[in-house]
Amino acid sequence: MSWETVIGLEVHVQLSTNTKIFSSASTEFGNEQNSQANEIDLALPGTLPVLNKAALEYAIMFGLAIDAEINNESVFERKNYFYPDLPKGYQTTQLEKPIVGKGSVPITLSDGVIKNIGIHHAHLEEDAGKSLHSESHRDGYSLVDLNRAGTPLIEIVSEPDMRSAAEAVAFAKKLHSIVTAIGICDGDMSQGSMRFDVNISVRPAGFSEFGTRTETKNLNSFKFMEDAINLEVNRQIRVLEDGGKIMQETRLYNGVTKKSQSMRSKEEANDYRYFPCPDLLPVHVSKEFINNLRKDLPELPENKKNRYKEQYGLSEYDANGLTENFLFAKFFEDSMQLFDKPKLLANWILGDVSSKLNQANITLKDSLISPKHLVELLKRIEDKTISNKIAKEVFEEIFEGKGNADSIIKEKGLSQISDAKFLEELVSKVISDNPNMVEDYIKTDEGKRKKKLGGFMGQVMQKSKGQANPQQASELLIKHLNDIID
Amino acid sequence: MHPKSLKGSIKYQELSIKTFNMKELSISALNQSLKNKDFTSVELTEYFLKRIKKYNKDLNAVITSFDEKALNSAKLADEKIATGAAPDLCGIPILHKDIFCTKGELTTCGSKMLANFVSPYNATVVENFEKSGLISLGKTNMDEFAMGSSNETSYFGVVKNPWALDCVPGGSSGGSAAAIAARLAPAATATDTGGSIRQPAALCGVTGIKPTYGSVSRWGMIAFASSLDQGGPIAKTSEDCAMLLKCMASFDHKDSTSIENKRPDYVSKLYQPIDGLKIGLPKEYFSEGLHPGTQKAVENAIEVLKGLGAKITEVSLPNSKLSVPAYYVIAPAEASANLSRYDGVKYGYRCKNPVDLEDLYVRTRSEGFGEEVQRRIMIGTYCLSSGYYDAYYKKAQLAKELIIQDFQTAFSDVDLIIGPTCPSPAFQHGTKSDNPVEMYLEDVYTIAVNLAGLPGMSIPCGLVSKKPVGMQIIGNYLEEPAMLQVAHQFQNVTDWHKAVPGNF
Repeated sequence: MSWETVIGLEVHVQLSTNTKIFSSASTEFGNEQNSQANEIDLALPGTLPVLNKAALEYAIMFGLAIDAEINNESVFERKNYFYPDLPKGYQTTQLEKPIVGKGSVPITLSDGVIKNIGIHHAHLEEDAGKSLHSESHRDGYSLVDLNRAGTPLIEIVSEPDMRSAAEAVAFAKKLHSIVTAIGICDGDMSQGSMRFDVNISVRPAGFSEFGTRTETKNLNSFKFMEDAINLEVNRQIRVLEDGGKIMQETRLYNGVTKKSQSMRSKEEANDYRYFPCPDLLPVHVSKEFINNLRKDLPELPENKKNRYKEQYGLSEYDANGLTENFLFAKFFEDSMQLFDKPKLLANWILGDVSSKLNQANITLKDSLISPKHLVELLKRIEDKTISNKIAKEVFEEIFEGKGNADSIIKEKGLSQISDAKFLEELVSKVISDNPNMVEDYIKTDEGKRKKKLGGFMGQVMQKSKGQANPQQASELLIKHLNDIID
Repeated sequence: MHPKSLKGSIKYQELSIKTFNMKELSISALNQSLKNKDFTSVELTEYFLKRIKKYNKDLNAVITSFDEKALNSAKLADEKIATGAAPDLCGIPILHKDIFCTKGELTTCGSKMLANFVSPYNATVVENFEKSGLISLGKTNMDEFAMGSSNETSYFGVVKNPWALDCVPGGSSGGSAAAIAARLAPAATATDTGGSIRQPAALCGVTGIKPTYGSVSRWGMIAFASSLDQGGPIAKTSEDCAMLLKCMASFDHKDSTSIENKRPDYVSKLYQPIDGLKIGLPKEYFSEGLHPGTQKAVENAIEVLKGLGAKITEVSLPNSKLSVPAYYVIAPAEASANLSRYDGVKYGYRCKNPVDLEDLYVRTRSEGFGEEVQRRIMIGTYCLSSGYYDAYYKKAQLAKELIIQDFQTAFSDVDLIIGPTCPSPAFQHGTKSDNPVEMYLEDVYTIAVNLAGLPGMSIPCGLVSKKPVGMQIIGNYLEEPAMLQVAHQFQNVTDWHKAVPGNF
């Protein structure tokens, strides 16, 4: 039997506001435990929440970016459950009246087809703190860090519109590109800025009724998400094909062991006893307020991509790659200000820059490379001081912060040799040292001789330590070899 | 001899204390005397601290008194007064209900759960008064987390009614009302969720006002039921309450439910006659369950108002019977969430040697909360549970809408509504504490006002078997000036507010 996978996502996006959603404490990541929890975050008796206007604006901006309905009245509710990292004993969130209503996000499938993924709604809520459990429970204690408690989140809830792990990842990446492009989230997944809960079910192909779903919670990388989905889909199919039943449950995926386990069943689920938070009045937003945000909304990745194609003549692949990551797009545009070579810049940013970042496992924000650095380097290729090949070497040094293009070229003596006399002598020597290759070259049909040139070029480069100007050298080789033929 | 003529004499200080009956002076008179330097804030503060020391063992109205700290503040107030630039009310002592957070001091909310809780910050109400130079004398006893109508649920013991020590002072602000009745301070703060200012004010024969919801900041006022809780003053007279409320009420950006508009002028209307004022008597408030003595006293008071030129008509609040059941869904529902933070993790009481997380929660909360608080948490949790939410919480919200409508219909005909504050005078300790429903009916006339968010006040209007009776005055939103005015005009021609229980 063939099976169809049905996937829906709940995505938690940490909003990059300076302060928390209901308190004036800082949201900065990585500071000393509990140093960023004030009396409101600690839920001291008598404290009250006040909504951070920036968080509201960011949520609306997201709604505008996906062309969703913005509800002019939204209501915060209390979701009640006990946990040590939830200081009030309830999470303030939205349920019946979320700020962002229905919308949709287009994704491009591998065959180039565009598919719209429905957004059911997106709501504002506060993040919880972190519990740190000691290795052995026998120690008898856990630690609580409330720095994260009260960090603003939007939870984006998709419709069950995805049919494979690849679609889910494409959707997640698209959301990532949107929230980073409009500047409401730093997109740093390693710090938990975006976290995914995946609802997965399978059904026999052709069925319209949904199967029983499970929810795998808290996936914080695209890779984990893809692996977790594939694992869960296979598990469900196996269970069903063995005549079993899928239990509605919450599961946890371990990215290290690549295994998942049941966390709690539907029966064990909490009754959260939602009710409207009496400390916060319903939020009303005017048309004018929304229109002002719409007016100031930064360019969306989709629009940026189309502009790059049109304005700079970039390919779909290049334009997409640059705009998928707002840091790349910004780097590209800043570089364009200094050096008007869009294709060359795109090649380098999506090639060497991207691969070095991946190797170092950092984002552009944390790297030492700047648009100025890259442009200085590319200008040295352009003016033929160095070859493309040498440039890659120089780039590695720049990336590691060892200097700029000129200082590295100078220090390492890498500048390209374009001296005609020197190259003339070099080429003559290579030809005279390799009579067999020359004979082979002459024997070859004229149309196929170009291929044979590579051997000579290799020798030229070897003897010049890679510094010979390749174009000049190859022209000279052809000329000299033709002279022999003639 | 006029006291002012003693100024400059060597015996001035000693004589002044004898000459002025500090405990009976109005806020306005105290203000004037401090500015005239008839006596100092230090003298005044010492005087009331001594009274607290002397009488509190009988009454148990005060949980913490700030002795040294209060005297230090009084010294500073005297210095400010000496510069001639002191704000109004500077140097006047005040007691705070132990529900208001006071920086560096115990703030217990009448609970074992917070018996060790020292607040690191001030409630806005405390801040407002201290900024004006009032002297915080200490913290008054109250029902645990403000849940009760008799001050018998306090972890710190029952409060006694100064008029009859075997009787309750009412609740939850029983400590504040008893303290004013026994003249332990000229002013006290209190809070009112279902009648907790008005009912104890009535039972103790003092004046108290719960302003329009949103008038007084709830920042630092420990939450019971957030949508109903509202702070207000308790004092000897309407004029005193008006002056205190002026200082207490303010827009506060830290409270999202705080009204942004400027507060009305509570004081200047006091002195105008009430000729032609239209007063409605809700027929539902003068029906079965009302003590005949209380009814008579209120009716006599209404005759007085008639004599002052008020026009009296009957009005109807047909849905008032819904107020107690609606309240006992909404208030416990909100409380069940508001009190979740007391879990033994961060501050307050923690059970000994918990074996795991669940044990920590269960025992901390079972040992730290009293019976009434646990009862209300369970009621609230039940009402919000899946499958019951629509039948209880949603329905209660509908009832609340009907009650609001009732009042608006009535206020289209009359300026104010007047009736009894509570069904009967103070009852003996222990007589209702085993029967929650009977206790809940204590607030049958006061609760609707909270559900509607309206202002309400209680003033003394008679004595029945030597126990005070309170008259309730209800106004439309932000109509406190008219309420305070009618109360002041009534107090101008009556002496009920001057009656002091014998032993104090």
